[in-house]
Amino acid sequence: MRFEYTVTTQNFTTAGEASSNTKKTLKLLGIDSKIIRKASIMAYEAEMNIAIHSEGGKILLDIEPGLITITALDQGPGIENIDLAMKEGYSTAPHEIREMGFGAGMGLPNMRRCADTFDITSNPGGKTCVVMTLTI
Amino acid sequence: MADYYHSVILMEEKCTGCTVCMQNCPTQAIRVIDGKAHITPEKCIDCGVCIRVCPYGAKSAVTDTLKDLEAYDFKVAMPSMSFYSQFPGNFSKTKVDNALKTLGFDAIIDQSYYAEVIAYHLGNLSEDPFQEKPMISTYCPAITRLIQLKNPELIKNIIPIETPMEVAARLYKENSAAAHPEGSIGIFYISQCPAKITSIKKPLGLKKSSLDGALSTQSLYPLLMQILSHREDYDQHVTPVYLGESWSILGGQSLTSEIEASIKVDGIDEVAKILDMAELGKLSGIQFIETYACIGGCVGGPLNVENPFIARYRVESRTRGLSPIDTGEIEDNFDFNALLWDLEIEPLDILGLDKDLTVAMEKMTRIDRLVAELPGIDCGACGCPSCRSLAEDIVQKKASLSDCVFQKLQGGRRNESL
Repeated sequence: MRFEYTVTTQNFTTAGEASSNTKKTLKLLGIDSKIIRKASIMAYEAEMNIAIHSEGGKILLDIEPGLITITALDQGPGIENIDLAMKEGYSTAPHEIREMGFGAGMGLPNMRRCADTFDITSNPGGKTCVVMTLTI
Repeated sequence: MADYYHSVILMEEKCTGCTVCMQNCPTQAIRVIDGKAHITPEKCIDCGVCIRVCPYGAKSAVTDTLKDLEAYDFKVAMPSMSFYSQFPGNFSKTKVDNALKTLGFDAIIDQSYYAEVIAYHLGNLSEDPFQEKPMISTYCPAITRLIQLKNPELIKNIIPIETPMEVAARLYKENSAAAHPEGSIGIFYISQCPAKITSIKKPLGLKKSSLDGALSTQSLYPLLMQILSHREDYDQHVTPVYLGESWSILGGQSLTSEIEASIKVDGIDEVAKILDMAELGKLSGIQFIETYACIGGCVGGPLNVENPFIARYRVESRTRGLSPIDTGEIEDNFDFNALLWDLEIEPLDILGLDKDLTVAMEKMTRIDRLVAELPGIDCGACGCPSCRSLAEDIVQKKASLSDCVFQKLQGGRRNESL
């Protein structure tokens, strides 16, 4: 089954909702709390990335027996250098965002650390897609 | 179900079925069925919000009464940390203690001293690299239960130290065992909230509480005020005041444990948000989260009588300028290992729709379909706090679609097949 959460760019009031909805849904489905924690972190970091860096996008939560998939899709502008973006502490977040306590360069590394599989594709100037799975 | 004990109760004759408690319950544990509020025991955390918000005084806490003291030869009162702040400034701790003795207590235990003992060890734990951070204390039992229910991954962040109340009662009994053997001594907590009462009747992390019962501050207050305003002949012994009394106000635990990197949160909804952030790993660098279900800390307890901000002022005035207990004295007299819980705190995994994932997913699909049919205004007339919770209850066979007044108006029975 699939759940879809829209993430609006630069909206820090609603950012976090995909993560809290993911948590609520997985809790209702009786998923193990360790898995729920990982999934909430993955969804949280993904939606913050979309809110901070992109022109907007969405988070998809897919649940099937044995597998949870979280997909983050955004409208661009894409990531120049993915290897660099995956490094802990590397951030392209503007000063104002950092002032707000976001954009510490830990988002993608955190997502990769929590996920069982992690896949990112991005076209500079185009869309970015992150697909993460957790085995349940 | 027998496993759940709660001190929060409903006095049916006073309940009008108005839904105020249901709409305010932080864990959505209340349903209004046939015009009366019902608490779902698995979800109740005894925070007492319903007691505070009920306009008809229909919610209360099960407590012992002064009559229950008669079962013991030696009767001891242990006032809550916020107890003395309930009395106007001219009634000193000594006077209040004497008034308690007039009521029939033989001795008074001051737990604020033990709060400082625990604070000292809490401070040490904050420097222990093996202790999970941010630490969360168990001082507010409603929060411990909230974590069991909603944030089980944070159970390892809960510090393994007993509460001041339990340490104080256990040590008092051990030290007076020769004069007052077990069974002849009864220690009664004078409580500011139902959560503490529940933690005595059904403790977490302990096989059995060292306390024997609990009375509410509310019930004793008028009796004590009467004694206080009529008696002048108090004995001259002056009860010491400890800095530990500041545990009754937000910030007191951080102050006495000298942990600077602490976040202090009051109000159950705000605490829930901070716990979610901790679970997301967003509180790096924070050593301690000081949490209270009630606004202002324990001074805001629903069984207290005074305005929490006035009570806070009194605690601040009374503890201002006090020096902490000498750390040498604590180290010599209190072994850290003797202050630890003796049982693990277990998660409460009861929020799932079904143990079988496939069945749970089917139920969730049905819930989503039902939600789409419901008006979505969360009016509460069906007896559930939200349209979504009604949908969940329907799928769990605890409610029916015809409970929704909007569905009824539209002849909603045709939708029962959803």
